[in-house]
Amino acid sequence: MLTKTQDARIEAADTAPQPMTMIQALRSAMDVMMERDPQVVVFGQDVGYFGGVFRVTEGLQAKYGKTRCFDTPISEGGIVGVAVGMAAYGLRPVAEIQFADYFYPAADQLVSEAARLRFRSAADFTCPLTVRMPCGGGIYGGQTHSQSPEALFTHVCGLRTVMPSNPYDAKGLLISAIESEDPVIFLEPKRLYNGPFDGHHDRPVVPWSRHPMGNVPAGHYRVPLESAAVFRPGSQVTVLAYGTMVWVSECAARETGIDAEIIDLRSIWPMDLDTVVASVKKTGRCVIVHEATRTSGFGAELAALVQEHCFYHLEAPIERVAGWDTPYPHAQEWAYFPGPDRVGAALRRVLEQEGRA
Amino acid sequence: MNDPHQALRLHVPEPSGRPGCATDFSYLHVSAAGQVRRPPIDTTHFETQDLAYGLIRVLDHDDRAVGPWAPDLDTARLRRGLRAMMKTRIFDARMLVAQRQKKISFYMQCLGEEAIAIAHALALQPGDMCFPTYRQQGLLLCRDDVSMVELMCQLMSNERDPMKGRQLPVMYSFKRAGFFSISGNLATQFPQAVGWAMASAIQGDTRIASGWIGDGSTAEADFHTALTFAHVYRAPVVLNVVNNQWAISSFQAIAGGESTTFAARGVGCGIASLRVDGNDFLAVYAASAWAAERARANLGPTLIEWVTYRAGAHSTSDDPSKYRPADDWERFPLGDPILRLKRHLIGLGAWSEQEHEQVHKELEAEVAAAQREAERHGTLLDGHIPSAATMFEDVYAQLPEHLRRQRQELGV
Repeated sequence: MLTKTQDARIEAADTAPQPMTMIQALRSAMDVMMERDPQVVVFGQDVGYFGGVFRVTEGLQAKYGKTRCFDTPISEGGIVGVAVGMAAYGLRPVAEIQFADYFYPAADQLVSEAARLRFRSAADFTCPLTVRMPCGGGIYGGQTHSQSPEALFTHVCGLRTVMPSNPYDAKGLLISAIESEDPVIFLEPKRLYNGPFDGHHDRPVVPWSRHPMGNVPAGHYRVPLESAAVFRPGSQVTVLAYGTMVWVSECAARETGIDAEIIDLRSIWPMDLDTVVASVKKTGRCVIVHEATRTSGFGAELAALVQEHCFYHLEAPIERVAGWDTPYPHAQEWAYFPGPDRVGAALRRVLEQEGRA
Repeated sequence: MNDPHQALRLHVPEPSGRPGCATDFSYLHVSAAGQVRRPPIDTTHFETQDLAYGLIRVLDHDDRAVGPWAPDLDTARLRRGLRAMMKTRIFDARMLVAQRQKKISFYMQCLGEEAIAIAHALALQPGDMCFPTYRQQGLLLCRDDVSMVELMCQLMSNERDPMKGRQLPVMYSFKRAGFFSISGNLATQFPQAVGWAMASAIQGDTRIASGWIGDGSTAEADFHTALTFAHVYRAPVVLNVVNNQWAISSFQAIAGGESTTFAARGVGCGIASLRVDGNDFLAVYAASAWAAERARANLGPTLIEWVTYRAGAHSTSDDPSKYRPADDWERFPLGDPILRLKRHLIGLGAWSEQEHEQVHKELEAEVAAAQREAERHGTLLDGHIPSAATMFEDVYAQLPEHLRRQRQELGV
């Protein structure tokens, strides 16, 4: 049984919901913002006439003209570098990096420039920039089309890192990202572009149009940054996840019959610690699930935070389920991808612990 | 019979002078003043090939303005330029001493390169944005919209430092004066300048951008990226390469300047390119105005290589006598920019030795007074620095919860 991610902090949408995929919801967010604010510009490799390799920006150039939505040279450093200059001018650039795996050539512009411009100039210049990047595996992308680099961004002071798990959140979070005065890394789990994915790659994916979370208002609304959602309430154990892993965790809870409370972080960093702490204090057990490599992954930070804030409430050691410490393999993808079996095993392990009482 | 498979050899460039052995500057290929033609501003990049390999110069051996690039500058503007160059040199000298006194942690002077930033600044309009390196303090010192006291407070990281003690000295940021925040990472500002110019064009604005890079950092990917983007979108930007021959102790051939020029890079990218005597105030002004006019007329970017010589050390942490002849600057064929403009003005009857002496004294007093005023707000030596609480500000637009907790933990 799913609950709606929409909580009281979400502003009421001004238009009736309609079925959308995550791709359509993201496009709708950019459309709404380009319509409202002439300072919003969208660019990246192939995003103009063609609408991007995942078609997220399809139709925006036709509607807003080619100086507001355009193709760039194949140069991630250039895309982010000019975006920093544009943001310093006063625009709100929304840049696309075709795959998160390709952000490395732009790392210096993100880490040393976008993230620090406000700090180093004492707000003389600011950088309201959004960088969209499809991330994650499950599409047979091999080791250069499957990475989840979120932990690298969370280590950079000044960046915000966001990852939605469904179309409704995707649109509301992207609008918040574009409106944010801070640079935002917006990671899009591409395995969720067309429908929720439970980790069983041999089962057909339900399209978003038949899922309640694919019901998205056409107009402007926000899902606030730094607000986690209780994706599935439960009492026995807290699962901390984001992106595709929210759905994998939900499947694991269903299949094991364990009453797990799943927290969808939505904003990875800075994050909503209060929601996490409240849940772990309630359940006394915690499993962290992410797709990225385990060692020094964001799960390590989450585990440390939970330990700091919930130590005397914990009945069992915190468990981490993550990608292995190897690059993402092509043919062995489903052995790498943290699936419901691995999450389910972790849920059983933490419940088997005796506890302190 | 010779073996057709010769052993291959790696070429590692060497400078034509080292300590104890005078530099042979013939590698510079210096054109005579007035020799290089001046095309109309709507010229194609292809037609600038000869300009990218020649050297645009206006002041001749007798410091008279000659040739097609001689700009129409009245003596009042020339006098203003000379005064600003003198002020910059005096400012630098005084701040070097302050660094030796430990009032400042670090300093970088622009000795010998003063004409480039100052004449360029005079060719720009208010509202244009410069994306400089740490050796364009002249952009700030030639205008009066930022006081020397403000600059010195930044250098001293004191309680009045506009950057709240976060930046290395000389890494200024003055948006109101068209001076972009300086990064410590080289070349990052080059694509940013192009992006700012693209934004101005997207918005139908009339302001242009001017980006700066040194000969050494043209080897960074960001330099080539900036050329590509500037060309692709015909961005209204001037791309300046200051070739002062030395990147710390690496001479310009190590960055790829041997047997070619940095200006020539632009031609290959489809960008109109000029190579200019950077120690010739009149040539700098003329080339800057030509490039700015092109940008404003939607004719696209211009790359300018300014040939100059870094007369001083790279920074206060550098000793150039370890890697180059100590008297190089005196032998540099393009001379001293201040001396050349001074003689030109004297030749015009618009300056004199006495006036020079007088202005020098006035400026010394002005800089000294600014320093006294700045020191009243503290120096690194006396520990009057911004509160540690300020380090948590401006990381994000609003203070997030985790930083509020960390500030509390530090107890500030």
